[in-house]
Amino acid sequence: MSDVPSNAPEHCPGTASEQAGKSSACAGCPNQKICASGAPKAPDPAIEEIKEKMVTVKHKILVLSGKGGVGKSTFSTQLAHGLASDVSKEVALLDVDICGPSLPRMLGLEGEQVHQSGSGWSPVYVEDNLSVMSIGFLLSSPDDAVIWRGPKKNGMIKQFLRDVDWGELDYLIVDTPPGTSDEHLSIVQYLSSAGIDGAVIITTPQEVSLQDVRKEIRFCQKVKLPIIGVVENMSGFVCPKCKNTSQIFPPTTGGAEKMCADLSLPFLGRVPLDPRIGRSCDEGRSFLSQEPDSPAAAAYHRIIQSIKDYCSHRSRTHGNAD
Amino acid sequence: MDLSDADQGSLAEVKHVILVLSGKGGVGKSTMTTEIALALRHAGKKVGILDVDLCGPSIPRMLCVGRPEVHQCDSGWVPVYVDSSKSLALMSIGFLLENPDDAVVWRGPKKTALIGQFVSDVAWGELDYLLVDTPPGTSDEHLSVVENLRKHKLDGAILVTTPQAVSTGDVRREITFCKKIGLRILGLVENMSGFVCPHCSECSNIFSKGGGEDLAKLTGSPFLGCVPLDPQLSSSVENGKDFIQAFPESATFAAINNIVQAVMTSLEAS
Repeated sequence: MSDVPSNAPEHCPGTASEQAGKSSACAGCPNQKICASGAPKAPDPAIEEIKEKMVTVKHKILVLSGKGGVGKSTFSTQLAHGLASDVSKEVALLDVDICGPSLPRMLGLEGEQVHQSGSGWSPVYVEDNLSVMSIGFLLSSPDDAVIWRGPKKNGMIKQFLRDVDWGELDYLIVDTPPGTSDEHLSIVQYLSSAGIDGAVIITTPQEVSLQDVRKEIRFCQKVKLPIIGVVENMSGFVCPKCKNTSQIFPPTTGGAEKMCADLSLPFLGRVPLDPRIGRSCDEGRSFLSQEPDSPAAAAYHRIIQSIKDYCSHRSRTHGNAD
Repeated sequence: MDLSDADQGSLAEVKHVILVLSGKGGVGKSTMTTEIALALRHAGKKVGILDVDLCGPSIPRMLCVGRPEVHQCDSGWVPVYVDSSKSLALMSIGFLLENPDDAVVWRGPKKTALIGQFVSDVAWGELDYLLVDTPPGTSDEHLSVVENLRKHKLDGAILVTTPQAVSTGDVRREITFCKKIGLRILGLVENMSGFVCPHCSECSNIFSKGGGEDLAKLTGSPFLGCVPLDPQLSSSVENGKDFIQAFPESATFAAINNIVQAVMTSLEAS
């Protein structure tokens, strides 16, 4: 599970980290030499097992944000619905937000349970070609809290990747919690061998959010995760009565577009604040099919198309074999 | 007792310690922490803020303190004072990073160790209230901060939610977390509750309405009040301005002030 042994000294960087055996916390640790030699860095055997499992999955996309509540799960849900609207494609959503799983509600699957089959856990199906896995399906009541420290969360993520019967998939979308911590390191590590197409980064327009998102971009660069692009969510609110636009979350430093220009990243587009998006999520319905003519739906479709283009371009240049 | 005073260390002269929690991210924990601190100061209290959101520290920007150097004294790290009267002190992980865009990519055990130090090694001095701003979730940071504060003192938690079911669902789990670990819930705040269009005064419930109050009833927790979506508030925290001083006539100010009065009454009575 975790690479930090239970009897490790405080600040142990983890036996598989680059700092293993070298950080100041390692001084005096009886295993310092072993760590410094690099021997324990042999990868977790699960990584290879996951690679085998993922052979049938064409594209793997992470949805990330340094900041919470910017709409990662909402976007993941719309992306999944949008991709699955092509009935010839098989789409799956994996929720690795262990402490705050939102996908079951957003997809109208609250109270569903996961079934065990011969080939592993069966995901829950929203539609014939759209399946979902979330820790929410393993909890018995909406009051249940998952009070887990890192290593237990990592174990769960490993199981989600290795032990779920995903079947043949065109797209696997992974929705993540905010931050740059255990869940993010684990998902990137476990999928390192299988290969991730890239990450879609979600932000809101304010600097308070962008400053966290810049950290997430650093994280992607550190772990060599390609960035598909950045989406600016909650971008402006059009009053349904007088049609005037208000910047509820003002882009005081130029918003996501300026940040993308500064960091030379693709800017995928803006999605406006629309009360109907939140309502569809609360009711577990697809916003794209509920309000197909809204400006927000048009924005989603444009962004989803860019992501599709990215993925098909990538499979042409990288080949589908891996 | 003298002995127990010595044991309390840097929190010995802190009267009340309050956690600001939410299962959900981006509901306004840091904004609420900042505004509650400013409102307490407005009420003549000495206030400290401890920002334990290691992966996304927001408070330094919201209070416009920039990136000052943190100094050490005999009794620990000296917090950064927001004003010359030293009535509002702040300690954040943001101060310890070399580059503000650096990602803190740490797994649990390392975060746990730093939080232990944060809680016990800051020389807060005399404070009426210490507010602890947390990251979303129910994981390492929360367990560590509660474990460490318990040794000293911990009055309880203020829970922040937005009205929609997707958010109250997560906060419902956070309430279970509080009950499981025996942490008193001082009350629930419903943030981003309704938006009044500045052009036509029409109120839109962008993130629904009433979910926080319903959750408080459902779980038997005190309800502290609703705070509306207010572009003046979001631009104040963006630019590090004191909203409480700038807009004392606004409905948002009244809402925040009511919350603070309710918290002070409940803590200072007991």
